[in-house]
Amino acid sequence: MSTSAMAGTLRRHRRGELFWIYLFIVPGLVLTAMFVFYPMLASWYFSLTEWNGFTDGKDFVGLANYRELVKDPLFWGSFGRSMVFVLIGVPLRVGLALVLAIVLNNIIRGRLSTFFRTVFFLPVMAAASVIGVVLTFVLSPSNGPVSFFLTSTGLSDAPVEFLSDPTLALWSALALHTWKNFGMTLIYWLAALQTVPAEYYEAAAMDGAGAVQRLLRITLPVLIPFSVIIIVLTANENLHAFALIQALTGGGPYYSSEVVEVYIFRTAFAPDSAGGVPRLGYASAAGCFFGLATLAIALLQAWAITLVSAQRKRMK
Amino acid sequence: MTLSTALPSVTSDAPEAPPSAPPRKRLRRSERIALLVGGLILLPIALVWIYPFVWVVSSSFKSNAEIFGSLNPFTSTLRLDNYIRAWHEANMGRYFLNTIFVTGMSILISVTVNALLGYVLGRYAFPGKRIIYAMLALVVFLPQGYTVIPIFDLIDSLGLSGSLWGMTLAEAGGVSVIVVLLFAGYFAQLPKELEEAAKVDGAGFLRIFLRVYLPLSGPVLATAVILQFMHAWNDFLLPLVLTLSQPELRTLAVGIYSLQNQYFSDWGMMSAASTIALMPIIIVFIILQKYFIESFSGAVKG
Repeated sequence: MSTSAMAGTLRRHRRGELFWIYLFIVPGLVLTAMFVFYPMLASWYFSLTEWNGFTDGKDFVGLANYRELVKDPLFWGSFGRSMVFVLIGVPLRVGLALVLAIVLNNIIRGRLSTFFRTVFFLPVMAAASVIGVVLTFVLSPSNGPVSFFLTSTGLSDAPVEFLSDPTLALWSALALHTWKNFGMTLIYWLAALQTVPAEYYEAAAMDGAGAVQRLLRITLPVLIPFSVIIIVLTANENLHAFALIQALTGGGPYYSSEVVEVYIFRTAFAPDSAGGVPRLGYASAAGCFFGLATLAIALLQAWAITLVSAQRKRMK
Repeated sequence: MTLSTALPSVTSDAPEAPPSAPPRKRLRRSERIALLVGGLILLPIALVWIYPFVWVVSSSFKSNAEIFGSLNPFTSTLRLDNYIRAWHEANMGRYFLNTIFVTGMSILISVTVNALLGYVLGRYAFPGKRIIYAMLALVVFLPQGYTVIPIFDLIDSLGLSGSLWGMTLAEAGGVSVIVVLLFAGYFAQLPKELEEAAKVDGAGFLRIFLRVYLPLSGPVLATAVILQFMHAWNDFLLPLVLTLSQPELRTLAVGIYSLQNQYFSDWGMMSAASTIALMPIIIVFIILQKYFIESFSGAVKG
């Protein structure tokens, strides 16, 4: 075979290969265009329209929805409650999960540790909407087992209205969301703890370092860069508590547990409670505004990842 | 952005000490006491932790009179009529089959799509590769807005809103960045000699993928299946919106929420329905928990 003929065969091979390569890309490209990029762009466009129900036409209204949104006290109320979920819920969950992870990694080991990990992870596997419905029974002030326990042991005089007392509902929802997703944060911490090289502990033990010193000098410094990622992931989860809250309280009573996602859903699909028509354009505006507000979190995450990879390089 | 490179997976939960745990073997007395005290403190917390699950399973076998105002999870008679009523009257049978269909088909679609893309990204250089990576970055970083409205609109205009296929496609969704990158990373580190040997035997592009490389990608395949299984089985907002006017297409997660008001006083039946929705995924988790934990810790999408 002459060299030019060989190059020709190679080129033909290469062309055949390229055909297959692009064929392999097409399904991913099409589905992503349909279910990621189109909805994203469309929701930005919808947010500029007045659109009352799917059968209705859309009227372009410019930024009118946004102007209304920034003056809407119900929106800002829900925004504030979402921030409560982040600013109070995240430190709570991340801190408690770290303590438990250190206990399960350093004090309790082997099978017992695996058993506890399974137990604490179990609620993560449950569908949030289903577990929300179950919890409305468990916490019911009439006939619910928790209420029965509290009143029959004398811990409380009257049944506690965990989900129907407007001053309590948001905190109950936050506590239950923390319970439901705690196992995920625990798993992140356990994964981070696994990166502490065993030799470090051995060396420290040889130098006569105690448990507390090992924790402060070895474990915690290794964990610091991971903590940024774990905080960001947990914050992201706490901004998406729709299914659980919708099933627990539907945002009530009197909007007292309505976080942003529940507000948007009500505006778009369940307007009966507000006595109006579905407002798909206005709901889209709220979604886009909220998306921009949470973009900061995604950027923080990118920064965290560079931090961790820098540390990993150092440790190698 | 994905964290696959950042968070290593939790390996080996077996009795033998994980590589990074503090040295085991010589448990000193202080350590044994710490273990005992830790265990004794955690045990009651663990029991309270799973109490809602214990309650719902035990209530599913009781009559309402036995449930109300009772703490005892045990019951002398196992009543199955809650399950029979939930399955027929409350449509759980239908919702169960819907959920199986949507979950199964969306796993098939999403795993295939992600594996194909990951394979070419991991093993081949081609014009446009950078564009694909840029696209993956955009998927993560663009603010989402409220995408469920356009997705509903899209499925409706495709004429798929009357069947489970629309929901299945939407649950499979676009590429999962984390899974694509896991596949790409995994395929990239497999030896090129395998491909060359297969070529000598006359295998083409598709055969090399299907017969040589795909069968070697077990761990990533398991992660991809588990993540999609979790997502599709438990997802709420999207199936809720897609079935607002079509109750017969509901999944379990939506069905139980929707029946809440209708059967709010029938705790026995609602418990049975909830147990039907919760147990499959919990049983699969307990059996395959090592893979689940690895998937979540190694494959965390932010």
